[in-house]
Amino acid sequence: MACCNVDVESILNKYSPEKGNLMHILHMVQDASGENFICEDCMKKIAEKTGVPLNKLYGVTSFYSMFSTEKRGKYVIRMCESGPCHVVGAKDVLEAFKSELGIEVGETTPCGTFTLETTACLGVCAVAPAVMINEDVHGNLDPSMVKGIIEKYK
Amino acid sequence: MKNVNIKIDGKSYNVPENYTVLDACKEAGIKIPVLCYHPDLRQVGSCRLCVVEIEGQRTFQPSCAYNVYEGMEVKTNTKEVRAARKMALELILSRHPMDCLNCERNTQCELQDLAADFGITEVDFALQLPGYDIDDENGIIVREHDKCINCGRCVRACQEVQTVNALEFHKRGYEKIAYTTAGKKLQDTTCTYCGQCINVCPTGALHENDETAKVWEWIEDPNTHVVVQTAPAIRVSIGEAIGLDAGFLSTGKLVAGLRRLGFDKVFDTDFTADLTIIEEGHELLHRLKNNGTLPMITSCSPGWIKFVETFFPDCLDHVSSCKSPQQMFGALAKTYYPEKSGVDPKTIKSISIMPCTAKKYECNRPEMKDSGYQDVDVVLTTRELAKMFKVAGVDFAVIDEEKYDAPFGITTGAAAIFGATGGVMEAALRTVYEVVTGEELPDVNLTMCRGLEGVKEATVQVGDIPVKVAVANGLSNARKILDKVRAGEADYHFIEIMCCPGGCIGGGGQPRPTSPEKRQARMESIYCEDAQMEIRKSHKNPSIDVIYKEFLKEPLGEKSHHLLHTKYTKRDSNR
Amino acid sequence: MKFFRSHILIGMDTPSVLQGAKGVKEALISELSKKGLENEIKVIETGSLGFSGVGMIVYTEGTAYENVTINDVAELVEEHLVKGRALTRLIAKGKGAADVVANAEEKLLDGQVRIVLKNAGRINPDDINEYIANDGYEALGKVLAQMSPKQVIDEVKASELRGRGGAAFPTGRKWEFTYGTEADQKYVICNADEGEPGTFKDRLIMEGDPHSVVESMAICGYAIGANKGFIYIRGEYKLSIERIQKAIDDAKKLNLLGNNILGSDFSFDLEVCFGGGAYVCGEETALIESIEGKRGEPRLKPPYPPVSGLWNKPTIVNNVETFANIPQIITKGAQWFKKTGVEGSAGTKVFTIIGDINEKGLIEVPMGISLREVFENIAKVTKSGKKVKFAHIGGSSGNIVPEKNFDIKLDLATLANANLTHGSGVILFCSEDVDVVDYLTSISQFFKHESCGKCTPCREGTFRLDEMVKRLAAGNGSEKDITKMKELCEVMKRSSFCGLGQAAVNPFLDCIEHFADELRQGVKEEAR
Repeated sequence: MACCNVDVESILNKYSPEKGNLMHILHMVQDASGENFICEDCMKKIAEKTGVPLNKLYGVTSFYSMFSTEKRGKYVIRMCESGPCHVVGAKDVLEAFKSELGIEVGETTPCGTFTLETTACLGVCAVAPAVMINEDVHGNLDPSMVKGIIEKYK
Repeated sequence: MKNVNIKIDGKSYNVPENYTVLDACKEAGIKIPVLCYHPDLRQVGSCRLCVVEIEGQRTFQPSCAYNVYEGMEVKTNTKEVRAARKMALELILSRHPMDCLNCERNTQCELQDLAADFGITEVDFALQLPGYDIDDENGIIVREHDKCINCGRCVRACQEVQTVNALEFHKRGYEKIAYTTAGKKLQDTTCTYCGQCINVCPTGALHENDETAKVWEWIEDPNTHVVVQTAPAIRVSIGEAIGLDAGFLSTGKLVAGLRRLGFDKVFDTDFTADLTIIEEGHELLHRLKNNGTLPMITSCSPGWIKFVETFFPDCLDHVSSCKSPQQMFGALAKTYYPEKSGVDPKTIKSISIMPCTAKKYECNRPEMKDSGYQDVDVVLTTRELAKMFKVAGVDFAVIDEEKYDAPFGITTGAAAIFGATGGVMEAALRTVYEVVTGEELPDVNLTMCRGLEGVKEATVQVGDIPVKVAVANGLSNARKILDKVRAGEADYHFIEIMCCPGGCIGGGGQPRPTSPEKRQARMESIYCEDAQMEIRKSHKNPSIDVIYKEFLKEPLGEKSHHLLHTKYTKRDSNR
Repeated sequence: MKFFRSHILIGMDTPSVLQGAKGVKEALISELSKKGLENEIKVIETGSLGFSGVGMIVYTEGTAYENVTINDVAELVEEHLVKGRALTRLIAKGKGAADVVANAEEKLLDGQVRIVLKNAGRINPDDINEYIANDGYEALGKVLAQMSPKQVIDEVKASELRGRGGAAFPTGRKWEFTYGTEADQKYVICNADEGEPGTFKDRLIMEGDPHSVVESMAICGYAIGANKGFIYIRGEYKLSIERIQKAIDDAKKLNLLGNNILGSDFSFDLEVCFGGGAYVCGEETALIESIEGKRGEPRLKPPYPPVSGLWNKPTIVNNVETFANIPQIITKGAQWFKKTGVEGSAGTKVFTIIGDINEKGLIEVPMGISLREVFENIAKVTKSGKKVKFAHIGGSSGNIVPEKNFDIKLDLATLANANLTHGSGVILFCSEDVDVVDYLTSISQFFKHESCGKCTPCREGTFRLDEMVKRLAAGNGSEKDITKMKELCEVMKRSSFCGLGQAAVNPFLDCIEHFADELRQGVKEEAR
């Protein structure tokens, strides 16, 4: 049963099914899902094509924090909680995201638009505190800016 | 092999250059604590219990996975090393439910032993358990994640020894866990129930589903007629399981002990092992004569059967249609035996003592009901039987040997060796040779079939036919052979495959801890039993003649077909 | 070829984009065409200029502007480009910004030197021709035409270049191991899994001068006998991935990568791999596992990657910054390279300086500069105006240096003697506003989250460190927490499987040494 509409075959055909391309394939499939996750059906197809046993594939996806096999929001908000952001108020910004979205870290809004996560350093410390929303980075944040940022994605 | 000079704690030693520091320390009489180390597995050096200090190195090294080199100076007992080991142990213990009295591994747990060795009476860190549910729905293997210490021995056994991949590490850091695909129940995975994960687990995180209570209940019930069969490998391992030396041969005491427990009849699976040789031998001859699918592969080992059904469903035609000796016995115990003894089959409970956890799965397969009842009701492992003996206070040092009951009591050396890898092949060749040539085998000891190597090959001249055979034990070796079969590159006639390393003597229901030395001792004991037997070829077993005459009529005949043969199911490997 | 009287370089690195650089660029282009200057003045995107806000440099004079907004564009074009006078209110201050670019190879006013960052901010990173025009691929041409692999390795050895990823292993010696190992296949890997919190130098190198990495990987391949390379970039660095991929594609078109490069016998192919969000993959063997499509857990060593690495073949793994030094070592020679820096630490070091300071960003300084010099000459003062309390150097796994010890020189030997590391090359300055114990909670949380879980000391130790530090931060700790924390750290440092667990304890041990009183504040009152 297909639970998402990702055309895994064409992604798999683009990358030769060598194990060296596995991370690439996982990123592509997840990005194509629109819900920031890789469904079981896709996992099975990837396993079959790459020859990686399915359980090992789950071992891999659960190791890396960017992958998920559970449905996430259309936008994944990844708030940096590393030291450089921490000392300039990342905690308060995270609290603002929580209260604005009405969810805790690791949860998805009921409408399925946003998932809130914390992440390790995003490498944009010159504009700390920073957050990554899908592929966009927003920096120099303070709690008052959170509402406006979220509005942009609604 | 070159030797190198090393120093351990100031003393000089000369050791082979392929030694690890752990090997060298062992020979020097220094016991290094280990947890993730296991002699059957690739060493990963991750538990950090076995760390030592090596001169010139900033960090400690895991002795289990660090090779010696010329001029190496090792310190195994400095203050810092002791502190590092104790800290690692404390960290593990503080994430482990320390309610040892409630654990099935109590007094036989490697973690508990280490805690005792280190004199740990208190742990400074607060107890923090991950809080996973116990997975016991499958009724065969129980997984208690909260007791897992992340040593990864089960994962390596499952992935590398058995290539089943039902277990893999998931997540990372303090959340890391040896897990199934997406956390599914074991019955929804590729697990073959081989139990090798249990054999290598140092704690109570993995164990078989204990079914002794059910058996005690039936024994207690006067209206239930409880019969028991014992697999060939039990007699060389039950002694070890109750504290005697590995390989202690205790056939007669085993029988006596089972009677003390209260079983109504004590039978020998060896009898149906002989029967298997007759049926399987004839099946092979039939395939040879009629251009049947070759090579033919043995079907005694239920873990292997689930493996081939899952990973090589296209090769199922190669697998003999014979049931395993356990299931042949089960079918006869509720048909032939009642006919002969007058016992109502409805009242019979058929128990088998097996070195195996996969047998628990096999007896519950839906097709194993050809007697009209469930053919085998409960399978107990060697370890579970040991528990019953301990509860009942059966003392092997004192009790006298007794003999198995008729009509399943007379057996042969050929059946006895089913317990070791290559045994079925050797037993089959003893019979096939004589049936085909009509001549007596010049030497009954076909030693080319014996030994613990993963894959063995041989060609045996049987009359005009050079019969090419192969023997594999452990599923990674089975996979190698099957890859060849699948590719059409296997020009064998007959292949024996056993799921577990060393065959049933290394089964997933056998005493722990296991090691190559222990399997060697059990194997030697098996061949010792064979050598002592009066009859050493299955077709010479007089009871076999009787059962064909009285009941089965002929090998591969209609009744045999109905009771002794079976069919297989294709399964999904991508799960 | 079209001739432009002037070029405007506009910084288009991630932080600049965040601060509106794209909008500024569009406004600039439309303003220029409004004034009919589109054929006279060309706008070029470049990597980080190291200025605050959206920054740009107007050539040929090299005037640098910072904090430019869309609203400033019309005035800037009118004043500078039409009337020809600089718009003083936007001229970049601090860091001698204009000079950074204008005097790239000379010592700068504030003590910076540019070797690694020679091109970053000066050229359009997406245009291979600009790289070539600035001596790019000259080094590759030189090694292919004039040098044997052995000579390349000897030159790199003579330069005394050491790895810039943290372990500071001599690069030439590493190459020599792989050169000397017989194999049918060898690999070159660039470690661009920059995950050390606070560090973004590799990102800026890749975004500002991607070809320098591509070129030196090819040189490395030639030296060690490898025909295949991988650049492992962390998955979060989308722009780096794009820039590097473009650089590879362009280099292939010009036969600077691919088969028989520049007509020689040497062939070299390069592929981008990306991470999935795992700090541990910065450890070279974990990175190799990840490229192989596995969980990024480190491998047992030995064997080391130069002997047995990717798919068990001899493999060189070097950091982005290490590679970026190579082309100039080849073109200008080892002796030239060694002129910068101090004995035992040749060349420069790129740092990102962040925290409570006004001049956040990227600096490149000669090895041997002191921490105090960095603070006083470059960072200058805390942004808050408060007294500086400590610097955390080398990322989360680096050392916490209290202000009183700022005279320490940032070269390898001095740091090693003091049991310190400059690790990944980040300096985070914190003022007295920062509560040390609260700061430690962010570090303990990080390591708890990022430990791969392979070995006991790190898997369980990072979990317990986090537990104890958070207890102290909440004022619920005990004396025992502090002593146990020290005991645990000492064990993790020596007994952990890889550098992650071994180095994770550094900031904790430093704080126990320098800020014991603050830790003790976290002990529950009644337990004091």
